[in-house]
Parts: sequence; C-alpha cells; structure tokens
Amino acid sequence: MSLKIPRNPMPAQDPGKRAKNFQEVALGYDENTAVLEAQRCLNCKKPLCMQGCPVEVDIPDFIIEVAKGDLKKAAEIIKGKNSLPAVCGRVCPQESQCEKFCILGKKHEPVAIGRLERFVADWEAKQEAEEVYPPEATGKKVAVVGAGPAGLTCAGDLAKLGHEVTVFEALHTPGGVLMYGIPEFRLPKDVVRREIEYIKKLGVKFENNSVIGKLFTVDELLEEGFNAVFVGTGAGLPYFMKIPGENLNGVYSANEFLTRTNLMCAYDFPNSCTPIKAGQKVAVIGAGNVAMDSARTALRLGAEESYIVYRRSESEMPARHEEIEHAEEEGVKFLLLTSPVEFKGNANGNLESMVCIRYELGEPDASGRRKPIAIPGSEFEMEIDNVVMAIGQGPNPLVPTSTPGLKLTKWGNIVADEETGQTAQDGVFAGGDIVTGAATVILAMGAGKKAAKAIHQYLAK
Amino acid sequence: MFMIGIILNFFVGRVAYMLWKKVLLHKVETEVLLKMYKIVNQQKIGENLALLDVQAPQIAQKAKAGQFVIVRIAEKGERIPLTIADFDREKGTITLIFQEVGRTTQRMALLKTGDNILDLVGPLGEPTHLANFGTVVCIGGGVGIAPIYPIAKALKECGNKVISIIGARCQNLLFWEDKMRDVSDELFIATDDGSVGQKGFVTDVLKQLMADNKLDKVWAIGPMVMMKAVAQVTKPTQIDTIVSLNPIMVDGTGMCGACRVQVGDETKFACVDGPEFDGHLVDFDLAMRRLSYYKDEEKRALAQKECQGGGCGCH
Repeated sequence: MSLKIPRNPMPAQDPGKRAKNFQEVALGYDENTAVLEAQRCLNCKKPLCMQGCPVEVDIPDFIIEVAKGDLKKAAEIIKGKNSLPAVCGRVCPQESQCEKFCILGKKHEPVAIGRLERFVADWEAKQEAEEVYPPEATGKKVAVVGAGPAGLTCAGDLAKLGHEVTVFEALHTPGGVLMYGIPEFRLPKDVVRREIEYIKKLGVKFENNSVIGKLFTVDELLEEGFNAVFVGTGAGLPYFMKIPGENLNGVYSANEFLTRTNLMCAYDFPNSCTPIKAGQKVAVIGAGNVAMDSARTALRLGAEESYIVYRRSESEMPARHEEIEHAEEEGVKFLLLTSPVEFKGNANGNLESMVCIRYELGEPDASGRRKPIAIPGSEFEMEIDNVVMAIGQGPNPLVPTSTPGLKLTKWGNIVADEETGQTAQDGVFAGGDIVTGAATVILAMGAGKKAAKAIHQYLAK
Repeated sequence: MFMIGIILNFFVGRVAYMLWKKVLLHKVETEVLLKMYKIVNQQKIGENLALLDVQAPQIAQKAKAGQFVIVRIAEKGERIPLTIADFDREKGTITLIFQEVGRTTQRMALLKTGDNILDLVGPLGEPTHLANFGTVVCIGGGVGIAPIYPIAKALKECGNKVISIIGARCQNLLFWEDKMRDVSDELFIATDDGSVGQKGFVTDVLKQLMADNKLDKVWAIGPMVMMKAVAQVTKPTQIDTIVSLNPIMVDGTGMCGACRVQVGDETKFACVDGPEFDGHLVDFDLAMRRLSYYKDEEKRALAQKECQGGGCGCH
C-alpha cells in the first residue's frame, strides 16, 4: 500500500510573488496530505531514520499517530525529545539526516519526516494550550549562556528534569540565530517565539541583555550559586576575505545584513528605526545556507539582481539542495568558479564595483573537494551596489577569553567532549557552534541535548 | 494675537506630547517585565544635550572607564552605542550623556525621570588600559567630554598628573567643567567662538602644552575631525595617543562587523577590540565615511516625525 503513494510535495508560495515578500515560502501540509504522507511509513522494526536524528525523536511512533489521526499524541511524542519541533521541521537538513536513512528512500523517495514534524508542531500551536506541569524541583541551578538552538534545547531538557534553569542572552530577545539569522520567509519569528514560550512554560527563566564575559564571567556564575554552566554562545564573529576595499560602505557581513533585516526589522524602515541598504545589484560571496538566505533577502529588499559568487562549482555548494533550488526559482543568479579580489568605491567611500577572478577545479584538497585554482589573467570587473560576505564565521571570543579554566582550539573554539559537552573546567559544559565551528541548527540542538544529559548526571553526583 | 498663538501652540504641543507619552509608557510597562532600567535623573545639560542617570546595578558594578553600553528605547527601535560617562556602584546607576542628532536620540531626550529604558546592554568593549604613565592629557570635545571624564578620573586615581582640555563650539555645548576640574591637576577650556575659555581649538591648547611640558600620553575623545587633528599634532613627537571611536554598531558584541575600523594594517571591530585605539594608526577618513553611510536614511527617518503607525515608539 505505502509503496504506491508518492511522496507528497510541499505546497509553496509562487516564486515570482514570494521573491517580493517576507512571508513564509513553504506553506505546510494540510491534514489530509499529512495523513496520506504518514501512511507511507513502513513502521520498520529497526527504524534507521532515528539514527539520523541528533535529538533522537521517536520518528516512527509519531508518524503512526499521524496516520491514525491522533495528532495530540503525535505532538506529545515529538515534544518528549524535541523542544523546538516547529523550528526543526522547517530548517533541519532532513535529506542528510533522518530521511537519508529511510528504507523507502532506497528504491523510492523517503517519507517526508520533516514536513510531518512541522505539520504536527503547527497543528499543536493552534490548539488550546495545555498546562505544563514542571516536575519536582531538584534544587539544582544551571546557567545557560546563549539562547540559540543549543542553549534552548539544553535549557528545555534540564527544566524537564526538574532543574532550575536561567538562560543568559546577549541580545534583547532570545532565539539566537533563529531570530537574527534565519529569515522570516524560511522561519517565521512567531514560530520561534512560540517555541520559546513553551520553554518558558517549562520553568526556564530568561535574562536578556546579559553579555556573559562582560556583565558576569562564567566563574562568577558558578560562584553566585549556579551548580553548572552550559556555554552555547555560537559562531558569532564573521570572517572577511582580507582583500582591498572590504571596508567600503556597502560591504556587509552576512550577520550584519541578516541581523538588520530579521532582528531589527530593517525591511520596515522607516517604521522600524534600523536602516539597511540593498541596491539594485547585490553580490553574496559564498554558497552555504547563510549565503542563500542573504541572496534571497536582497531580492525581497528590492534588489533587481542578486548574485551568488562562489569560487568552486555547483556540486561543491554547501547549501541544502532545497535552498539552492528556492533561490534559483526566485531569480538568484549564480556566478560560479568566481571570487572577488578587490572592491572599488567612489569618493564617498561607497562601493561601486568589484574585480573578480575566474577559477578552475584542480585535485581534491584536504576537505575532499576539488581545489579551486585561480586562472591568471581572467580578472573582470562588474558594477555592484552591495556585497554580502557569507564565507563563514569564527567563535565569538567573549566567553572563551574571559574563562581561564577552558581549553581552546587554535581557532578559539572551546574544547569539549563530543558526547557530554564537558569542557576542561569542572561544572562547565559547552556545545553548538562555539565548539564545532559554524554548523547547523539541529547539530547544535543535538549537542545541547547531550550536554543536558551529562549535566543531569553531573548534578546527581 | 501673538500671545494667543503661543498659548494655543503650547497646549496643542502639550496634549500631543501627553498622548504620545501615554502610548510609549504603556508599551514600555507591558514589555519590560524582568529587567527595569529606570531613569532616576534626567537633565538638560546644554543645547541639545541630555543626561540620564539610569538604574542598572549589575552594569554599574562592572563598568570601567572606557566602556560603553547599547541602548534601545522602543520595540522596533534601533540599538545605539553610548559611552558610560559615569557610574555609581553604591547607588547602582550609570550616567549616559547624548546629543540629539537623530530620531532615536531625539526621542530619548523626551524620556523623563521615572521612565524606563527598554533595553540596556553592557558594559561592552575593552576598558581603558590604566597605569601611572606620568603626565597625561585628557581631551574631551563636545559630547566627548562625557566619556573622557571617567578616564581622567581613573588616570588621576592611578597617580598620573592629569591635564585636561575640554572644548566645544560655544559655551552652550560645554558641560561638566566642575567635574573635570575635580579630577584634573589642570583644566583648560577652548571654544571656537571664545564664549568661554580660550578662543580656538583644543589642539591649540595641546600644542602649547607640548611646548611647555613633557607629556607621556594623550587621550582624545570627541568628533572624528577633532581626534584626527589631535593625532596629527602628537604624531611628530610620537606621544602615545589613544582615541575612542564611535562607529555605527548593531549588536555590540562582535557578531556583525558593522563597526569595523582600519587600524594600521589591520581591520578591527570597535565593539570588542576597542573602542580605544592608537590614534596614530587609525584611518580617520575611512571611519568618517563609514559613519555617514546612512545619512540619507537618517534624514528620511527625521522627516517621518509624524509617524503613521508601526512599533517605533513615536506614536
């Protein structure tokens, strides 16, 4: 039966229309589609899909409930493991995680696990809110530094175990990259707020505007009575290329470009107070998910031409296939095997053009990808109004440099055990991008989850 | 007729102001639940210059000379950096001084004692490197007098001989003469029009000081042109000169890079690497150009004073 049902496509806003608005692109399944998709699941005895899930969601169990139409039960099952299902259903790279292992995918297409997760989470949000009863208090206090995916997951799991959790967030609102980085059209901010409300209901306290490393140090938190600290401060230090003209007006880091737009609502200027400039021609350097987000944001801010400029070829682009496809559909142009070598500006210091050089691919390098080699004499100049640097980011230095007990890698990341998040300092755990370098939301969540388990064990000692 | 006009004007203005205030206060009250940054003292200290003492005990506890905070006064408001002009650890307050130059600072100037600031983050940036250097000169120009004060005070406490120069275009823009005198061994004043102190620039006083004294270190905070001029004056004799930069910032924690400045061969982030840098290495022209990138948008924002809706806090 299940083999005869094809995978149900995700309804989406029309590309021409959506490239001009900030509303969500993927519209979500309706109930009939969700039930039909759930019926495709083979309910394997040994569900391989779960191996691919960093937060260990009981995937077949929830899908069976969807197939039966018991959405309430399905939601309970998901939330037992995942405090942010509406976020994960939207931004997880399922094709390289749960869905990659789906048996159906070997001969046919895998079950759309992510779409089902999103459907269940969105359905639940529309229901009368259930009372959340926090478990018996253990009397232990945990400080979580950073309210991004790692911190929120760790905080939620620890609260479910009865610990008193306070999350310290540097910005004026919790959510981390979910609020400042990922655009509204991919992850509506109301969805993020909803998930955070749930974590608050679990009893977690949030202290916004609190920059740990400045207002308090990690050591002070421990002295002030916190029994353990989890550091999930993320990859908050953008890289630049160190080429001439990079400090001209109009050259943004992706973090700045996206933060102005998402967190500070610059698309609504002057109703909001933070301005942004996206001229007629915008070039985004890099080809990861952040680059796709930036290029698509530029279109929505009114750019007529939005380019992805990438020094390798299409098959090496690190972004999710779905994001690349969405960007192409919306009209983003791809300038591959190309990279800027210089930016040029006018007398006011405003960007006017960039000089690029062409590349060809050589032998595979250390990353296993074919190494791009510049072609001498292939330089060309193109007019450009804005450039967005989306070539990655390093660890934010504020916590690492103010916590002498931590051990750091040569790049400044915190050294922590992969399974437990335990750092070189007793009682201090870390996870997410601050440990691994820039990665995905779900990997950070997985690290937060593992650390919560380890912290729970540590507190029981 | 003229009198009626004034009275009418006064009342219309007052009613509009009260209505605006009611809405703003309501918003602030409902949105700030946990952290309250209450204004315990608000003062006009000069032409378009305002001072706020804000309750922020945690920040006051940690603040050091040279550091700054990021302020946001309304939902959809922008995040602006302001240097901590003073702090009182016992009272748990910090002092902010600002010039009304744009939409946000104009609105901030309307806040009164008892109002709350929506978001206040800090203390940010690296504190001033303090030591006994010998004879130091602290120069504050215009609103830059505010951030130079805690530095002069701290340098004095370290045993330095502190010579201070404060300057402004005219007397109406000058403030904290007494406070600066209290923390300085000598205080000089310069105004462009000579309305108070010596007629001329702070650099004129500095040149005189350099001729008469052996100076070990100079701090200069003020408009970019002033800092550039000071750095040019001290460069030939290689007197260590520290300037404090105030570029455009968004998060203030190193995350966005909006505040990048060129210092020698390196690009630095003013928010985490600064805000103080070696004045002889800073590319001031670049810094000035970067400060003016949103000039047109700032004009648009100011023109939109009669706001038609939204969450910016002006209605």
